[in-house]
Amino acid sequence: MNIAVCIKRVPETAEAAVNIDSSEKNIISDQLVYDINEADNYALEEALLLREKTDGDITLFTVGPKEADEVIKMGLAKGATRGVRITPDNIDSIDSFATARLLNEQIKEGNFDIILTGCISSDEGNSQMGAILARMLGIPFATLVINMEVNGDDVKLQRELEGGLLEELETKLPAVIGIQTGINEPRYASILGIKRAGQKEIRLVESVIAEGMKTEIVKMYYPPAGKMAEILEGGADEVSGKLCEILKGKGLL
Amino acid sequence: MMKNIFAVVEHRQGELRDITFELLTKGYELSKEGGNLTAVLLGYQNSEMLEKIKPFANSVLNIDDERLKNFNAAYYESVLSEILKDKKPDLTLIGQTAFGIDFGPGLAIRLDIPYSADCIDVDIDNEKIYTERQIYGGKVNTRVSLLENWGYLVSLRPGTFAPVEPELNAEIVDIASPIKEDINYRKFIQYVEAAKGAVDITQADILIGIGRGIKEDKNLPLMEDFAKSIGGVLACSRPVVDAGWLPKARQVGSSGKTVKPKLYIAVGISGAFQHVMGMKSADTVVAINKDPNAPIFTVADYGIVGDLFTVIPKLNAKVAEIKG
Repeated sequence: MNIAVCIKRVPETAEAAVNIDSSEKNIISDQLVYDINEADNYALEEALLLREKTDGDITLFTVGPKEADEVIKMGLAKGATRGVRITPDNIDSIDSFATARLLNEQIKEGNFDIILTGCISSDEGNSQMGAILARMLGIPFATLVINMEVNGDDVKLQRELEGGLLEELETKLPAVIGIQTGINEPRYASILGIKRAGQKEIRLVESVIAEGMKTEIVKMYYPPAGKMAEILEGGADEVSGKLCEILKGKGLL
Repeated sequence: MMKNIFAVVEHRQGELRDITFELLTKGYELSKEGGNLTAVLLGYQNSEMLEKIKPFANSVLNIDDERLKNFNAAYYESVLSEILKDKKPDLTLIGQTAFGIDFGPGLAIRLDIPYSADCIDVDIDNEKIYTERQIYGGKVNTRVSLLENWGYLVSLRPGTFAPVEPELNAEIVDIASPIKEDINYRKFIQYVEAAKGAVDITQADILIGIGRGIKEDKNLPLMEDFAKSIGGVLACSRPVVDAGWLPKARQVGSSGKTVKPKLYIAVGISGAFQHVMGMKSADTVVAINKDPNAPIFTVADYGIVGDLFTVIPKLNAKVAEIKG
């Protein structure tokens, strides 16, 4: 199978402080650690597993700054065949529509049997790029996929719905599939893989202008202070004591 | 005036989903002065659902077709694009749900209109549509402008708007199903119930919810110990299940369980909205996290800002001491 995987380099913000820069349209990136978007990492693993069964090539696509080469290289080290990094001149003002359009330009002639991507990005969290890309390519789409089984030109999928219910469906290939986290166990790159990755091709698409934006960031701001927990002050010993007193008072201990 | 608003009804296994009433509530707020709110219902044998929607909208477009009985994004995209092209509402609201994210973006492309996803608010100002969104896991908000067009599509985050019934009496407008041929490139097969776990976390009075902050599965015994001494049960957020440290049945959140214990202690959980959806109704919530800006502290009643690996052993000792 000829497989494409769309991946994105994002900052790890789950346990880090996030600060807005003076333009109010971006965050300050210096202090943050970047990595492959979590759901995209599962999509990459799903591609590697699929290739183990069916053979073929895996091409990684990313839209991002030159630093996004890091996530491409990591994917190549794990076993992807080649990478494509698209860096438009106006990268700071693109939305998911423009991103999908850039990817579509590169993917549409590639004759891919399946295009995998994460169901959500941990930075902007729109959950829409894959669906837009699918519609631009004119092929089916399904997202939140937690089980996937390819049979010839069909793929049987299970999508995760609210409350843990699964929707089982079948779709024709080629298709764009949005992969949910937890579908597999992403591997780590081996030393040999990392060595080999150095010889693999990363094709650059630069000096292009992204078009087709449909939304615009007016400004970023910190969430308004709403309800806030009563923060217990003191060392670990002291706060533990305070919390126990509170819980005792409520009859919970 | 840009106040002709549509809301797409969501239902599953014959039952309306809560998001339907949340969309209608926001839609009514935006349309009530000089506008019109229309619910759009794609389903099969809809009479019971229609009755429940009637008090929430000015009219309901009812599309009744056996092929719309169960959700299928391909049919939704195709039917809704026909209807919206014809009716040209100013703004259409959908839910940022497993269904909404499957058909919303594709619908926006078919109609070639702007789409803003997962919004916690939407407002119309001077003929322009703006949305408010949470990004970076709820640590930053952003105001988004949808670029000028004939119509706009916005998906709203579930659980954001408390449903209010405005006591309307919607006119039911039956629309002939625009589906001409069966779609065979995507087929619904069935709904599959999630596997039941050995422990039912929805029945526990005290839950210790653990998240990404526990770092490695070798730290699980520390948390199990603590849960045991306080008389609680271990639950978790999504990353813990994804990593295979606890089974899916222990997951609290929109794609897991909704719990209402007397006490919920969130340890190393940042408080992404998907998790909060599942535990915000707990009587008392305590959060332990090293980031003072973690969104979980806006949900908690009591907070401890600190390293869980320092706090939990101390807390465990105190609890054990009190419990004797």
